[in-house]
Parts: sequence; structure tokens; C-alpha cells
Amino acid sequence: MTVVKIEGLTKTFPRGNVTALQGIDLSIEAGEFVSLIGPSGCGKSTLLRLIGNLVPPSSGTIEVNGKSAQQARLDHDYGMVFQDSVLFDWRTVARNVSLPLELLGWNRARRKQRTEEMLKLVELQGFGDHHPWQLSGGMQMRVAIARALSIEPALLLMDEPFGALDEMTRERLNIELLGIWTRMQSTVVFVTHSISEAVFLSTRVVVMSPRPGRVAGVVDVDLPQPRTFETREQPRFFELVTEVRELLRGVGAEDHGSVLAEAEQV
Amino acid sequence: MNAVARFSRRAAPRVATTILVLLAIWGLWELYRYIWVQTGWTWPFPVNASTLPHVHVIVKALFEPSRTDGPLLITVLWHSAVFTAKEAMTGFLIGGVVGFALAVGLVHSRLAQRALLPYIVASQTIPILAVAPMVVVWLKAGWQSVAVIAAYLTFFPVTINTLRGLQSADPAAHELLRSYAATPWQVLWRLRVPASLPYVFTALKVSATASVVGAIIGELPSSIQNGLGGAILNFNQYYSLVPQNLWATNLIAAALGIAFFLLVVLAEKLVVRRAPEHVV
Repeated sequence: MTVVKIEGLTKTFPRGNVTALQGIDLSIEAGEFVSLIGPSGCGKSTLLRLIGNLVPPSSGTIEVNGKSAQQARLDHDYGMVFQDSVLFDWRTVARNVSLPLELLGWNRARRKQRTEEMLKLVELQGFGDHHPWQLSGGMQMRVAIARALSIEPALLLMDEPFGALDEMTRERLNIELLGIWTRMQSTVVFVTHSISEAVFLSTRVVVMSPRPGRVAGVVDVDLPQPRTFETREQPRFFELVTEVRELLRGVGAEDHGSVLAEAEQV
Repeated sequence: MNAVARFSRRAAPRVATTILVLLAIWGLWELYRYIWVQTGWTWPFPVNASTLPHVHVIVKALFEPSRTDGPLLITVLWHSAVFTAKEAMTGFLIGGVVGFALAVGLVHSRLAQRALLPYIVASQTIPILAVAPMVVVWLKAGWQSVAVIAAYLTFFPVTINTLRGLQSADPAAHELLRSYAATPWQVLWRLRVPASLPYVFTALKVSATASVVGAIIGELPSSIQNGLGGAILNFNQYYSLVPQNLWATNLIAAALGIAFFLLVVLAEKLVVRRAPEHVV
């Protein structure tokens, strides 16, 4: 089943007359883990926000779960995780996780039960009564993931969720995220600027080029599941990283320090 | 209850500090008197029992009859303070609710903001002494009209700060709620209002004291004798004879303002849950 179907998508921002995305065609099947990667200015975050109907397209169509992106948003078909954890300071961890359930009008007992399940899923049992500022950055991000998953969405949209975390926390959360993805059998669209993260997590990596944003190439990641810490040491992992890096080089990522500097480190 | 316990545990050192500060003010006051009286300095004004009574004289006046065979001054002032407090509290509540509602209305309409904000600001440039007589004419002299005058001073800081607070939430938080197709009502109560609370309470602290000032001033054109405004007018007339009575009245008026302020602080401690660095 196709979860996300994008055809001829173009997005221009009237202010400054910027073409952020041009002629995007992309299909994402159920159960896939797709990463969007590219230099800054390639519109990868914009593409994610278009799928989530947070911004309207200029032309072209986006279907989510076989309906318009707007209808999918109104039907709560996806959960979104942002760059920042975007937790509400004034709510406890548990009440942050149950926020989407409140918005959906769930009763207290059901909310409590689901919240506990979610906290267990992200291994934060016992932290329900804490306030967000009492948690580390990695734990805050896990709360944000639990919140996004609380409504059991078919689709999870993630916008550089681990970008602000240190390397060790990021690698651990990568493993946890894959575990959750497997257990929930959901579909994930993941924006990142880290080549190794994209290859490690994904079943498919979509490489994008900047100004205007286009799909420069798609790399199928055939690394075996489940992925572990050893996955990063396999020769095939390095081959795929190189393949993505070459594609990024081709789209002029040389101008964009962050992606290439990271590519050299891998 | 937890918050109350925490508040009272922290209260002890604060009470000690307050007492020390009061003692220091007393000391400075008497030191100033002593120097000016001894040297005979007349700048900025000559110091004597009429211009600057001893602190102990002022405090003692509270525990003497205000007129022959009458009740103690402090009893008289207590009743006046209670009367003024009723006016101020009513005005504070009306002003707070109106101010908050106005801000909620304004935050949802840029047009209304542009159209109405200049007049809301202009309303505060009219001196309260000019507004008070009109309110009294409209509503008849009585504590209700005084409450309206107090509300007039209260609503403005609440509106301006609440408006700012309602707009203070992170744009990403708005996107998060949009991703869940939250209704404007849900956005208001689950995001805008909680995010605005630190701003609201800052405004309420300003308004709490302003409402007491508003109530006292509002009593003057209404010729209301039962409140602190009446007491101030009365003791003002006898200032050359018993200056300490007016000083004592001011002391009580200040205490009432401080009590209002502290009530808001206490309410804030109970209501606002924030990261320590975000507490205003």
C-alpha cells in the first residue's frame, strides 16, 4: 500500500520569490523507512512539512493514505517529531505524551493507559511525573517520540529529531527508533543532514539537490534487519555511505560545509 | 499542597530579611532626622515634628484614639482599609477579567489590534482624576463606582501583557498543534493561555497595587468617607495639628497595596509551573 504519493510537486515562497521545491515525484510504501538528505536549502524540511500539510503546495498533488494531505492531517493519520522536542514546560512528561489524546477527546482512563504504554516503549517508565526541564536532551526527544506515537499513526514524520544531540546519544536513539519502527510497523519519513544516520536507519535514502530542491537520486539500502551497532562496521555500510556521498558531491554539496565535513568523518 | 509547603519553608528567611529591611529604614529615617535637626539644615526642607515625625510617634498614633473617647486609630483605619480593599478587589477582578478577555479577542484579530490598541493606550493617558468624577456621575457615588475606577487602572497592564504572552508560544508549538488539527479553542487553552501565564502574573502584580491606588483616588470625587481615601482627606485637614495620623494612614494604605501584591505572588506560585529559569 502506498502511504505517501507525491506527483509534480512544486513549492515557491512568494516572499523573495524562492522556489524551494520543483518537480518532486516520490512514492513511499507502507513499512518503509525513508530518509531525506541534502545540503541546507534543498527543501527537505519543507517537503516533510508539505506531507504533513503544515504548508500548502504551490502546485502538484500530495496524497497520504490515499487522501489529500489536508484530510490526512484532519484524520490524525500521522505524528510529527520536530527538530526541537517542543515539549510544554507547564505539563509533566506524562501530560505531554497524552496531549494528542486530549486533543482527540480520549477519556482520562484510556489516556492514562496509553501514556504508560508509550513511556514504556521509549523506556521512560517512572518519569511521567517529571517536568521536561528535569530531563536530558535525549530523554526529552524520547518524550517527543512517545507523544508522536501515542495516537498510533500509520506515518511518522521526523524533522532532524536527533540533530541537536551528541553522537553517542544519537546512535543509541537510532537503535531505539528502529526497534520502535519494527514493533509499531509504521512508515517513517526522516529528514537528516547526517549521511551515516540516513544509511543506518533507512530502507531508502532520497538525496536532494538545492536551489531549487529536486530529487537528485535514490539509494536503496539493502543492509540486513535488524540493524545493530555492528551494522556501522560492515563493508556494505561504507559502500552505501560512499554512494550517498558521491550523489551529494554531484549536487554541489561542496559549497555546504556541514554535509561534506560530516561525510569526510565517516 | 506541596507548593504551599515549599512556599512556607522558603518564607522564614524572607520574613527575617523583611524585618531587617524595616529596621534599616527606621534607622536611616531617625539618622536623617537627627543630622538635620542637629545641624539645622533647611534643604530640601526643615526637619521638625510636623514635616517628619518620629517613626515611634507614627506607630504610637495607631494605638491612640483618633478623637476623644473614640476608637483607636488603627481600628478606624482597619475598617477603612477593609472598605477600600473591597472596592480595590472588585475593581481588580473586573479589570483582570476584562483585560484578559480583551487580550484574547485582540490576539485573534490583527485588524482589531490595529484598530483598537491605540485607543486602549489612549485611555491610560487620561488622568484618573479626570475620569473618576464622570464615573461617579454615571454610576452614582458608591463603592461600585469606585470599583469601576479601580478596574480602569487595572485592565490596561493586563491587556498589554496578556496579549504579549498569548503571542509568546514557540512557532513550533503552534505547528505541533496544527499537525494534530487542533481547534482554535484548543490552541487557546492548551497553548496560548499556559504560555501567557508568566506575562499575565507580571501584569497582575502591577495591577494589584494600581487597583488599590485607583480605589483610594476613586473615593475622593465620590465623597466616600468610609475608605482610606476619606481617611486621607480627613487627616490631611488636621495635618498641622496631628501630622502623625496622616503618616499612619499612609502606612496602612501601603500595607494594603503590599498585601494585594503578595496575594498575586502566592497565586503565581500555586498556578505557574515553569522551568526555574523561565520564572519571571
